[in-house]
Amino acid sequence: MRITCPHCGERDHREFYYKGHALALDRPAADAGEAAWDDYVHLRENPAGVTRDLWYHEGGCGAWVVVTRSTLTHKVLGTEPASEARA
Amino acid sequence: MDNLVAKSPCAGLLPLTVGRVTAIEVDAGTMTMLSPRKGRADALNKAMQAGYGLGYPAPNSAGVSGDVRAIWFGHSSAMLVGAVPDEGLSQNAALVDQSDAWAVVRLEGEGGEDVLARLVPVDLRLVSFPVGATARSKIGHMSGSVTRVGEDAYWLMVFRSMAETLVHDLKSAMEAVAARG
Repeated sequence: MRITCPHCGERDHREFYYKGHALALDRPAADAGEAAWDDYVHLRENPAGVTRDLWYHEGGCGAWVVVTRSTLTHKVLGTEPASEARA
Repeated sequence: MDNLVAKSPCAGLLPLTVGRVTAIEVDAGTMTMLSPRKGRADALNKAMQAGYGLGYPAPNSAGVSGDVRAIWFGHSSAMLVGAVPDEGLSQNAALVDQSDAWAVVRLEGEGGEDVLARLVPVDLRLVSFPVGATARSKIGHMSGSVTRVGEDAYWLMVFRSMAETLVHDLKSAMEAVAARG
């Protein structure tokens, strides 16, 4: 699997550390209520298809990258810096 | 207390020549990590141009002017090597002194790219990695920085604590390349 880092270009996936679904970018407000926080902390989708993950380019430039990929084909559909994805 | 004797990261390990490739330690002098403050990237670039004749390096590139280098060092960071940063820089960037934190090795000679092809998962041939190109990547299992400083010369940088591993990995790769004749 190859991941295109927004800074470094296409790199081998061994340079990246996998965090999980790109959920941390949508942290609920402190007063959002129990249901929203329960969902944020505990509940995860397990999609057969397109998903958005956070990867850390630890063996490279140190950027957090949002990777859109397919769990069915392992195809990487797109990447963007987490700093921009959040904005 | 006795006087402490400064020891370079690769003391006793380098220089090393195997076949046509040589690894030597570089005394890079003062090294400072620059991280531009929010919205000050342009001002930092201008301050660097004025002070060193070198702009803030674009991703994957490294500039050189005399003995001073500015090496792109990852997300929002660049390493200024060989110069003491002046006041103008601190207004526009967070500065961290890293002078003693990195082992810097110069790998030179024909076949250097064959040696690095065994260690670094990035295409470092001249055609795709020209003089002045740099990469943050892995050197063996270590995070490091690779910069091409000449047609047949690279700078390799890893954390100082890993100097011995770097030399060990380089030696193995150099011997394997030399054995192929």
